[in-house]
Amino acid sequence: MIIGAGQAGLAMSHHLTARSIDHVVLDRGDVAESWRSERWDSLRLLTPNWMSRLPGHRYEGSDPDGYLTKDQIVSFLECYGRRFGSPVQRHVCVEHVRARDVGFEVVADQGSWTCDAVVIATGASSEPRVPAICADLPDAIHQLTALQYRNPERLGLGGVLVVGASASGVQIADEIQRSGRETTIAVGDHVRLPRTYRGRDIHWWMDIIGQLDERYDEVDDIVRARRLPSLQLIGSPEHRTLDLNALAATGVRIAGKLMRIVDTGAQFSGALANVVAGADLKQQRLLTRIDTFASERGLDASLADPSRPAPTSLANATTQLDLAHFETVVWATGYRPSYPWLDRAALDQRGRLVHDGGVCALAGLYLLGMPFMRRRKSSFIDGVGPDAAELASHLHAHLDRRTRG
Amino acid sequence: MTDTASPAIDNGVDIEALRGARQALTDAPPAATFQWRATCEWVTGTHSRSTVTDFFGLGQDHVHRMPHTIEADHPEIFASADNGATPPELVLAALASCLTAGIATVASHRGVQLRSVNATVVGGMDLQGILGIDSDVRNGFDSIQVTYTIDADASRADIEAIVAQSQKRSAVFDILANPTTIQVCVA
Repeated sequence: MIIGAGQAGLAMSHHLTARSIDHVVLDRGDVAESWRSERWDSLRLLTPNWMSRLPGHRYEGSDPDGYLTKDQIVSFLECYGRRFGSPVQRHVCVEHVRARDVGFEVVADQGSWTCDAVVIATGASSEPRVPAICADLPDAIHQLTALQYRNPERLGLGGVLVVGASASGVQIADEIQRSGRETTIAVGDHVRLPRTYRGRDIHWWMDIIGQLDERYDEVDDIVRARRLPSLQLIGSPEHRTLDLNALAATGVRIAGKLMRIVDTGAQFSGALANVVAGADLKQQRLLTRIDTFASERGLDASLADPSRPAPTSLANATTQLDLAHFETVVWATGYRPSYPWLDRAALDQRGRLVHDGGVCALAGLYLLGMPFMRRRKSSFIDGVGPDAAELASHLHAHLDRRTRG
Repeated sequence: MTDTASPAIDNGVDIEALRGARQALTDAPPAATFQWRATCEWVTGTHSRSTVTDFFGLGQDHVHRMPHTIEADHPEIFASADNGATPPELVLAALASCLTAGIATVASHRGVQLRSVNATVVGGMDLQGILGIDSDVRNGFDSIQVTYTIDADASRADIEAIVAQSQKRSAVFDILANPTTIQVCVA
């Protein structure tokens, strides 16, 4: 039983099909549902099209360096599922997954199943993570999360505070500011990257230097690596870089992390200078690693000269703003997975799924498609395939043991 | 960046003990609840004396090796006796001490031998605030600038990374950069 018919669920379905393992893929909606109903209108994939590679399926269009739009991603995944006849059952809401003495019982609104193994492929972004201070904002301010945001036209004409400066936050702030609404972005820890470096996409570099293949059991601190904010990138036809300098150039006001609401004011962290210095430093470190790789491989002649992005300029940073500036607050403060239907036995005291690279502590239960689950690219379309292959092999061995035992 | 200290370096930081403490507090989060305490007694005029004797942590009270006292006063240009640093200067000193301790710790974690670490701290303040002359001017510092001069066996980029990390892990940096709820009452 696979729960979730996105890239991860379908990749696993492909591997189980290849191994002739009888299975069903359940989804609360349609194939690629979160891409249909929980993403903003203008969103494009952050990885270039040539990286849209799944087991037995890849992008074959005319623009390998472009970035798929949200609708193209939906058709890409639909086409994938059809291609090998993935047994997807649509609009089935899972209510309970219970471990039994042998195998699992899956109860949904449309019936129930018993099965020997369950693969959770519901994604890392089931629900928004919104800080508790949202309750301190006055009622007059319209609040929404990045999952609810669609486009600037649906917002009032007044000022907007976008909280969070990872992929979602910078893209949403950019689009709202360009719509003519005065926009402020509250910036906490983030990962700054140029869209292209020396004429190549940054993901091309991260792929070729081996960074995306780094494994979960090899990095120094996997807890920290999994918590890393998403990359500050946008997929655009112009391949433009979207960092704080780019936002400031369009007039976005840059503030520190939103710390507190006091009376009618918002207070932002004064630690912003260190936060951006840290992000600049890490960006330089990656670009140096790229330069070293390029010269070791003798690629320098075929590449543009190394030209480093300017340090982040904080000319207009602020620590205190009157709430009267804002009609809308958009929370782009991250997402978290959610398993309200899952047997408590699979979770730790804090409700987190206990697993080792996707192999859950509860035998027969698997997790797929989470950030840095088995390798740095685990949550990318390009990364779920190798993870699914390894977990399918583990799952196959589990079923064999069951049959023999 | 490696997290393994090379045995060759010695910054006077007991890294193994710190790692052990971190692991112990990870395994038993309630033990990580600390309470820092100070008392303060008015001497005369603007002169006061604070004393730090004990604190709470790891589930129990602890007493410092000896009571530590800190004198505070105002300078002579305000007709005071200048028996100690001004309270804002003590705050600057606390920030520098906190960051410097962090630099020594982070450097040791990263196997970097320090030879000298010196900080200059400057806090700008417009006294129109505390004197009530202009209500648009805040009482506190308008900004704080800390400048480090560090001699160490590391590249400039590595030293900058150590200084950046010490800010991320500094209590006083956080206390100054971010708001804290404060209650002052009369017993």
